[in-house]
Amino acid sequence: MTVAFGTILLTFIMATLRATTPLLLAALGGVFSERAGVVNIALEGIMLAGAWGAAYFSFISGSAWIGLLGAVFIGVIMAGLHAVASIKYYADQVVSGTAINLLAVGFTEFMLNRIWGQAGSSPEVASLPNIGPLNFMIYLAFILAIVSWVALYRTPWGLRLRSVGEHPLAADTLGIDVFKMRYAGVLLSGVLGGLAGASLSIGLLSRFVDGMSAGKGFIALAAMIFGKWNPLGAVGATLLFGASQSLSVIFQLMGIQGIPTQFFNMLPYVLTMLILAGFVGKSVAPAADGIPYRKTN
Amino acid sequence: MPDQSKWKAGLRAIGIPVLATIVGLLVGILCILIAGKDPVLAAKAFYRAVAGEPRMFGNVLVSTIPLIFTGLAVAFAYRAGLFNIGVEGQYLMAQIATVVVGVWWTPPQGFEWLHPIFALGAGAVAGAIWGGIVGLLKAWKGVHEVINSIMMNWIALFLADWLLKAYLRPDNSRAASYDLQQTAWLSQGLIEGSRLHTGIWIALGTAVVVWIILFKTPLGYEIRAVGHSPGAAEYGGISVARALIITMAISGAIAGMAGSVQTMGLNHRFNETTALLGYGFDGIAVALVGRLHPVGVVLAALLFGALQASSGLMQAMAGVPKAVVSIVQAAVIFFVAAEGLWSFLQRRRAKKEVTPA
Repeated sequence: MTVAFGTILLTFIMATLRATTPLLLAALGGVFSERAGVVNIALEGIMLAGAWGAAYFSFISGSAWIGLLGAVFIGVIMAGLHAVASIKYYADQVVSGTAINLLAVGFTEFMLNRIWGQAGSSPEVASLPNIGPLNFMIYLAFILAIVSWVALYRTPWGLRLRSVGEHPLAADTLGIDVFKMRYAGVLLSGVLGGLAGASLSIGLLSRFVDGMSAGKGFIALAAMIFGKWNPLGAVGATLLFGASQSLSVIFQLMGIQGIPTQFFNMLPYVLTMLILAGFVGKSVAPAADGIPYRKTN
Repeated sequence: MPDQSKWKAGLRAIGIPVLATIVGLLVGILCILIAGKDPVLAAKAFYRAVAGEPRMFGNVLVSTIPLIFTGLAVAFAYRAGLFNIGVEGQYLMAQIATVVVGVWWTPPQGFEWLHPIFALGAGAVAGAIWGGIVGLLKAWKGVHEVINSIMMNWIALFLADWLLKAYLRPDNSRAASYDLQQTAWLSQGLIEGSRLHTGIWIALGTAVVVWIILFKTPLGYEIRAVGHSPGAAEYGGISVARALIITMAISGAIAGMAGSVQTMGLNHRFNETTALLGYGFDGIAVALVGRLHPVGVVLAALLFGALQASSGLMQAMAGVPKAVVSIVQAAVIFFVAAEGLWSFLQRRRAKKEVTPA
C-alpha cells in the first residue's frame, strides 16, 4: 500500500512538472508583454506556431537544438506581428491577438500539409534530451522564471520596462524610449511563447500535432493573472494549474470517482475569475496595460 | 460643409473594410501560389460553390446564419465599448439550454408552434446569463470583460462537456445528446436540395431589431454614449453600470441565439465538443469588417459564409488547403484592426486639400 502510494505520488509530481512547463514558459512571456503595457492574448497562437517551428527546424536539421532556436525564431515573428500592429499602428491589442491566434491555426495546418503532405501530425523528429528523470525543457522553464524575476525586479532595465506599462507618459518624460521597451516586452513574449511551444512538440513529445496548444496559451494567460503579473507568482500559479490537470489523471489511477475530470479542467479559469473579482486575494493589471501609447509631438 | 464630411466618414467606414478584404484575399491567393495550386482554378471553384446552382447558394446562406448572429453579438457589445470575446461560451451554453427544452419539454396539443420559440428563448436566456455575468463583474468589480470572457469560454466548454456526458445523452457510446423533438426543429428546404432553414429569417430579423435598439431607442442611445465616453455618459445622468450589464446580457443573448438556431435548424442535437470551434472569433471578424453596423454585419457574414462554404469545393477542385480560409480571415482582421496602417491614405488626401484652419 505504501509502495503504491509512493509510486502514485511520484507519478503525480512528474505529471505536474510536465504539465507546468509549457504553461510557465508562456505565462512568463505574458508577464513581459503585459508589464510593458501590451495585452497578449496571442500566447496561444505564438505557442502553437512555436511548436510547429520546433518540429520543422528539428526535422530539416536533425538537431533538436536547432529546433529550439527555430521555435524562438517563429515565436518572435508571430509576436513581432502583434508588436507592430499594436505598438506602431495602435491596433486594438485584443483584436490583433485574436488575428494572431487565427493565423497560427491556419499557418500551422497549411504548413503541415505543405511540408509533410499529411494532416494531423508531423513525422517523428529529434527531441530534446532528458537530464536525469526530467526533460531539459522543465529545468529551462524554472531557470528562466528566476532569470525573468531578476531581470524585471532587480535591474534598471526591468524598472524601465515596468514603468512603461504603468505610466508611459512619465517614463517618456524621463527619457525612456516607450516604443523600444514595449517592443522588447512583446518580442520577449515571442521568445518565451516559442519555447513553450517547443516544450510541447520536441520536449514532451517528438512531433508536431495539429492544434497541440489546445488552450494552454489561455491557461497560461490565466496563470499570469493569478500570479499577479509576476514571474515568481507565475511559477506558483502554473504549478497549481499543472497540479489540477494531473490530479484528474491521478484520481483515475487511484480509482477515485465522483469528481468529473471536467471540473479539474475548469479550475484554473474559475480561480482566475475569483481572484480578479477580489473574492480570493486581489490581482491588478499594470495601469497602462492594453492602452496604445501615442506620442504627442 | 457637414454633408461632405459625413460622406467622407462614410467612405472611410466602407473603404477600410473593403481594402482589408482585398488585401486579405491577395494573401489568400499568395498562399494558393505557395501551395503550388492554380488561383484561377480556385476562383472558378469559389464561383461554382457560391453561385453554381441555387442549392449551393443555399449552403452559403447556411454558413452565413451563425455568422450574422455572432457578428451582431460582437458589434452590439462593441458599441458600448465592450469586447465580447465570450461569444463562444455563450453559444455553447445556449445550445445546452435549447437541447433541454427541445428534448424534454413537450408542448401541449395544438401549441406545437411554441416549441421552437421556447427552445430559442431558453438559448437566448442562457447566453444572456453567460454574457451578463461578465458585464456584472465589470460593472461591480471593475474586472476587464476580455479576460473574464475568455475564462467563461473555457468554463462553458468543460461544463457543456460534463452536462452532455452526465445527463444529456442516452448512453456512453453516443457522442451527442438526445435528438430534439421534431416540433422544435426549424423547417429546412427553403431552397431545394440545400439545408437552408428558417433560421435565416430569424438572423435577418435580429439584425433589424439590433438596428432599432441601437439607433431608435433611448437604451441604444445610452449604450452608444457609454461606448463613446463612459465618463461623459455618467455625467449626463446615464447609469454606466446598468448599461454595461444590459449590453453584455443582450450581446450574450444574440450569441446564444446563434447556438440555438444552429441546433434547431441544422444539427438537431448537441454534438460532443472537445475544443472551442471558433464561432466567437468568426464573429469578431464579421463585426469588424461590417464596421459594427447591422447592415455591414450581414454583408460581412455573407462574405465569410461564402468563404467557409466554398472551402470544401476549393479543396476538391483546386487542391486548396482549407487552412487558407483561416489565414485569409486572420489577415482581414489584422488589416482592419491596424487602423494606423491606413492613415497614409488620409495623409495623402490631406496633402491634396488645402484646408483653412
